[in-house]
Amino acid sequence: MNDVARLTLLDRVEISAAWLLGIIWLMPLLYAFWAGFHPPEYATRLDLLAPLTLENFAEAWSQAPFARFYLNTFILVTSILIVQFILCTLAAYAFARFEFWGKDVAFVLVLVQLMIMPEVLIVENYSTMSSLNLVDTIAGIGLPYMASAFGIFLLRQTFKTIPKELEDAARIEGCSVLQILWKVYVPLARPTYLAYGLVSVSYHWNNFLWPLIITNSVETRPLTVGLAIFGAPESGVDWSVISAATLLAVAPLLVAFLLFQRQFVQSFMQAGIK
Amino acid sequence: MLRTMKHLTGGVAMAAALVLGLGGAAQAKTELTMYYPVAVGGPLTKIVDGLVADFEKENQDIKVNAIYAGNYNDARIKALAALKSGNPAQLSVMFSIDIYELIEQGAIVAFDDIVETAEEKAWLKKFYPALMENGITQGKTWGIPFQRSTIVMYYNKDAFRDAGLDPDSPPATWGDLVSAGKKLTKADGSRWGMMIPSTGYPYWMFGALTKQNGQTLMHGDGNKTYFDAPATVEALQFWKDLGNKYAVMPKGTIEWGTLRQNFLEGKTAIMWHSTGNLTTVKKKAKFDFGVAMLPAKKSRGTPTGGGNFYIFKKTSPAERKAALTFIRWMTAPERTALWSKQTGYIGTRPDAYQTTILKDYVVEFPPAAVARDQLDFATAELSTYQTGRVRKLLDDAIQAALTGSKSPGDALGSAQKQADRLLKRYR
Amino acid sequence: MNHVYGWLLLLPAAVFLLAFTHYPTVATLMQSFFSESTALRPSVFVGLENYELLAEDEIFWKVLNNNLWYAAGTIPTSIAIAILMAIWVNRRLPGRGLVRMAYFTPTILPMIAVANIWLFFYTPEIGLFDQIGAVFGMPSQNWLGDPDLVLGSLIVMTIWKEAGFFMIFYLAALQSLPPELEEAAHLEGAGRWYFFWRVTFPLLMPTTLFVMINAVINSFKMVDHLFILTKGGPDNASSLLLYYIFEVAFSFFDESYAATLTVVLLVLLAVIAVGQFVLMDKRIHYR
Repeated sequence: MNDVARLTLLDRVEISAAWLLGIIWLMPLLYAFWAGFHPPEYATRLDLLAPLTLENFAEAWSQAPFARFYLNTFILVTSILIVQFILCTLAAYAFARFEFWGKDVAFVLVLVQLMIMPEVLIVENYSTMSSLNLVDTIAGIGLPYMASAFGIFLLRQTFKTIPKELEDAARIEGCSVLQILWKVYVPLARPTYLAYGLVSVSYHWNNFLWPLIITNSVETRPLTVGLAIFGAPESGVDWSVISAATLLAVAPLLVAFLLFQRQFVQSFMQAGIK
Repeated sequence: MLRTMKHLTGGVAMAAALVLGLGGAAQAKTELTMYYPVAVGGPLTKIVDGLVADFEKENQDIKVNAIYAGNYNDARIKALAALKSGNPAQLSVMFSIDIYELIEQGAIVAFDDIVETAEEKAWLKKFYPALMENGITQGKTWGIPFQRSTIVMYYNKDAFRDAGLDPDSPPATWGDLVSAGKKLTKADGSRWGMMIPSTGYPYWMFGALTKQNGQTLMHGDGNKTYFDAPATVEALQFWKDLGNKYAVMPKGTIEWGTLRQNFLEGKTAIMWHSTGNLTTVKKKAKFDFGVAMLPAKKSRGTPTGGGNFYIFKKTSPAERKAALTFIRWMTAPERTALWSKQTGYIGTRPDAYQTTILKDYVVEFPPAAVARDQLDFATAELSTYQTGRVRKLLDDAIQAALTGSKSPGDALGSAQKQADRLLKRYR
Repeated sequence: MNHVYGWLLLLPAAVFLLAFTHYPTVATLMQSFFSESTALRPSVFVGLENYELLAEDEIFWKVLNNNLWYAAGTIPTSIAIAILMAIWVNRRLPGRGLVRMAYFTPTILPMIAVANIWLFFYTPEIGLFDQIGAVFGMPSQNWLGDPDLVLGSLIVMTIWKEAGFFMIFYLAALQSLPPELEEAAHLEGAGRWYFFWRVTFPLLMPTTLFVMINAVINSFKMVDHLFILTKGGPDNASSLLLYYIFEVAFSFFDESYAATLTVVLLVLLAVIAVGQFVLMDKRIHYR
């Protein structure tokens, strides 16, 4: 309405502040680009005449089997996401639309996981995994995260907002419970799936502690654990190579985020995560 | 036939061999899994892979899966975890100080129980005694030195010249160190006289200071520590004084990982660091630098450090033999020499320095010999039962003293008390 | 029939939750009453011995204390910054998309990787902060090597990592507020400050509750950066509870004591959860 509103002094200050904060927030990433694309002697000083190079990337790539790490992370993230979607959808539907014995207690027991996340239980989960013979497997990394209280909670909230009449109509058409879920609820909850999916993917792409503990070998290690090789300050930090490795590790996620930024934010709004 | 087989991958080769009735040859193949850590810079994994490939070429009946396992701590965790999970490794390179932990877990077997021939027995005596100290306990040899290092003093000769010091006579005593440090330290804070790292492996650096002061940190049986001995306390006081009293070193702790960068950028004229950094420093230093033995108080001194080969108990006799063959191959003089040249680790045996490879290298690059010469003054690295905990006690005490939250005497006194409590039951 | 369907639908998730959340919680509690097991000494029931050790363990108390300060330092500040960011990004702002992206990027970067970059920022003499400081004539600071500064340094980094993520939730909430509210307030001559505290902030309460739960959990769960930056040092000045648990379990191999420490963490989380819900319940009107 106030399209032609004049900018007051206060507005200008505020805009500058917002921008300044943005620049500060981008600093680490900007630095990674700086150090990654310049020779090591410029890693700690800014010099606009510094030559550009891809050497650091070549070195990072040769020091670790990145291709394998990408594959491991990709398998990990997608399998977690798929199973999470299935488990959370079913459970959320139960909580949103069914009255069953012990429902309230069960819901509280689910929400327990919001607080007690798998990270907290690394010690016991490790012994569980070793008795299941799943130490050093990608399944071993993923299993504790497959059922997600956050996902169940989020989808339940969304399902609850979907008018019951739609379900009744589908039932009259002879749809079974699962068909109703698949044809009515899932399509209408798409923004929630997108938002939750992005949170899940970025979480597991970046997860470190549990994969570090449960994996032993190149064949199972995700990018983050592989990246720790460069980071291990034991070896003396070489920021140029580390920055290059960091950029390699985050590139797919970063590119995806930049491309889908708008959809991402909008799906958050529509998902009503608030 | 063999030539063509080599071009096929393992599984296919095996199948092909069976089909062709060559099963006998293929079946005799002993497969070994080995974990190894990398603690200092450089693309070591490549070098190890290359060595393994060469070994397999020469020993067609043994296959080695060498798995890079992260840092030393990771390597130990992985090896022990693999042991519990039932598909264990047969041998590993692990921290030399893990010996008591591994014995207590019943994980490893002594080399004395594997060697048979006189030649093999003689082989056990081929290494520098200082490097064997961390591998021998209860009268047996449990670890064979492989990627071993000591601490050396790197110094910036240009800075020495700049401060009016003789670049060819680096400080040889604690007194020299302080007076040189004072000249090297610039008042505006743009250059420090020296830095001794105090994160990551503080107990290791401290082992050097105490040895120089005529004291060791623990008993060879691994069940008693000497943290509160007067000479130990004095050594820590000196370390602290470098920052607080003489002001030649920054106060607080100094980061292990970034120290090399500080040195390369000329922010400190002297650094104490692992010999394992030699190759990288040589490659990246833009100034004239020197490498010297650590200075002396009562004598010179440094702990040894790094990784040893261990053979695990859960192995068949054939696997043990194969592992021994592999380890002997890896530690042969020529290989040791090459490994030392490529990585900066010490050649672990005197005869490695008689090879042309190292002879030439030492002439071309004299600093490479410093670590070797310093072995005469070396002692074992801190290693006890409950080594993780005991080590942390000392690390914390050192950091507490350096950051000023406790006096050196109090910090070490309480560390000793707690170490005693942990080690009582092993006496 | 509903009972059966309900449970059938819930079953798959329930199995996983039982196996990896509820069972280990109980097992942890049990384990804390037993002694450490090695090849030579099997584990035996020791009653409360581990808890007695815990009470005497100076490191534990220090780490617990650190963790509470870490929580107190990160939670309110990151929430405040998140709200500020959301408000800025929600209004007309040149280059809004860019700014929003800048705020949000830390969320998608792995902590373990950015820790290395922050290590550069914090390194004395050659690090970014010291270089900037030097321009203004400030003396070099040993950010990670001084026990008085190290926890604060980690808190700053954590706020940077978290605020953008929380901002998204606030942004979603702000956009769902009816714009008429602000217009009405504007007509009545209410200042923005007044409007924010009397209208916006109360309406954002459900979001704040949600974000706060997240922030609390994070403050007890985020330890990745310690592996790179400080390893808990100097002298445990920056160690956090979960990192100490990791050390005890996976460097000292003392599962029992690690379990005992985990029990403390679990109790802490439970108390916070209950406290938070009770407290916030009174103030929030759910919509």
